[in-house]
Amino acid sequence: MVPEVVVVVTNAALNGLSRFALDLIGRLIIASLLLACHVSHSAMMPEERVEYLYHSYDGGGIEITGPSVLVRKNVDAKFAIAANYYVDEISSATIDVEVLASPYTEERTQKSLTVDYLKNNTKVTKSFLFSNENDYDAKNFYFSVSQDFFGNLTTLSLGFSRGSDEVGMRNNDSFSEDADRRHFTIGLTQVLTKHLLLNVNLESITDEGFLNNPYRQYRFIDPSDPANYLTRPEKYPNTRTSHAIMVQTKYYLPYRAALKNSYRYFSDTWDIDAHTLDVEYVHPYKDRWQFIASLRYYQQSAASFYNDLFPFEDSQDFMARDKEMSELTSISFGLGASYKFKVPPAIPLKNGSVSVLFNRLEVDYDNFRDARQTELTAGTESLYSLSANVFRVLINASY
Amino acid sequence: MLTQNYNKPTHRSRTLRMFGFVLIFLVGLSGCETPKPWVKPYQRHYLADPIMELDQHPLDSSYMHHVFQAREAARGAEGGAGGGCGCN
Repeated sequence: MVPEVVVVVTNAALNGLSRFALDLIGRLIIASLLLACHVSHSAMMPEERVEYLYHSYDGGGIEITGPSVLVRKNVDAKFAIAANYYVDEISSATIDVEVLASPYTEERTQKSLTVDYLKNNTKVTKSFLFSNENDYDAKNFYFSVSQDFFGNLTTLSLGFSRGSDEVGMRNNDSFSEDADRRHFTIGLTQVLTKHLLLNVNLESITDEGFLNNPYRQYRFIDPSDPANYLTRPEKYPNTRTSHAIMVQTKYYLPYRAALKNSYRYFSDTWDIDAHTLDVEYVHPYKDRWQFIASLRYYQQSAASFYNDLFPFEDSQDFMARDKEMSELTSISFGLGASYKFKVPPAIPLKNGSVSVLFNRLEVDYDNFRDARQTELTAGTESLYSLSANVFRVLINASY
Repeated sequence: MLTQNYNKPTHRSRTLRMFGFVLIFLVGLSGCETPKPWVKPYQRHYLADPIMELDQHPLDSSYMHHVFQAREAARGAEGGAGGGCGCN
């Protein structure tokens, strides 16, 4: 084939084609060869690599830090495995802890193993995940199939996962409850134009079992002193079903930068509706630098059984005062910079990159009051809000 | 009177007839030409640029999803699969 192309081009040149036309043909041949690589790349395993993430969350009275390490290895052209080890070191004195308990520290570790199998344009993924805390154990199995078709313009994926949790309590060995979780996902990625991608994801989740936090309590007006309140353990429904749809586009801007927009709608059987809007801008600079800026807006309504202050004890079948179940608005903006570096020849790794990422998170609760203000009449305290800084360093190297 | 009503096209029958015409037209169109990939392989160099990955830092995104899920009631459909040249 190659000699024929050369002969054709040579003959064309001899026939008097302009330098411009020759240049154009040359570019088309190079582009075709490059794109042949990209097309085959779509049916290849991701790059073998090792990633290290250090994460730090500080806000609302809680500090969480720890590492996450991911190693990905291709066994052959069809099989790949990936292992992830993740740690949360938690030091908590949140508003809930201050009102109901004592500050504490704990550690959560999470281990996962993922196996990918690839044949032609079909990829099958299986994953096992284990998470352990001193009062909470979780196991999860994930399975998905994705298929490229329509000239590799379309990728469709279907996924299912099942998790089983064991809920315990510190200083209460006799407390033990279970929860079962099932996730069903459908994802579609479509190339719309040579500059524009569309991605749609749907996910339905069903939960059954003990779904509340055993340490949290609801509060109600003290019948003997209406200015004060009393607390009792929360009572949650033992089932929950939720549906979420997310639509996002990614657009290649004319000056080599990319803009991603996404919207997610969420609804569940606890009457919570939520909307998430996200915008992300990626700007490369020269060959080695890349900068990211993002803005995220989130708003949710309250669960039907949520109340900041119930009128009396057992006033409803289900009662919760988790601030996460309250009506709330959350805004987050993020900044990040990445630098690609060359690994010295003595180290058996290829090129790598280091990224520094920062997010500022502001959450305003519309129906969750600061119960630490005990000098005020119950129900008249100021509304609670929290701010948090989320800082990460990510080091990535391929081998 | 009954015969006149049968002969006179009602609003519903007109809608059904219109729907039938549109259906036949669409079937005819599909018979003429099957949709083909409209972005050719040699036109995908912008999409293959690493900046077009839907998820720039998957390990970090997984962590940030965890951060948001712990503080919000919504969950699921965070996305992340795909991107680039329309592949996995």
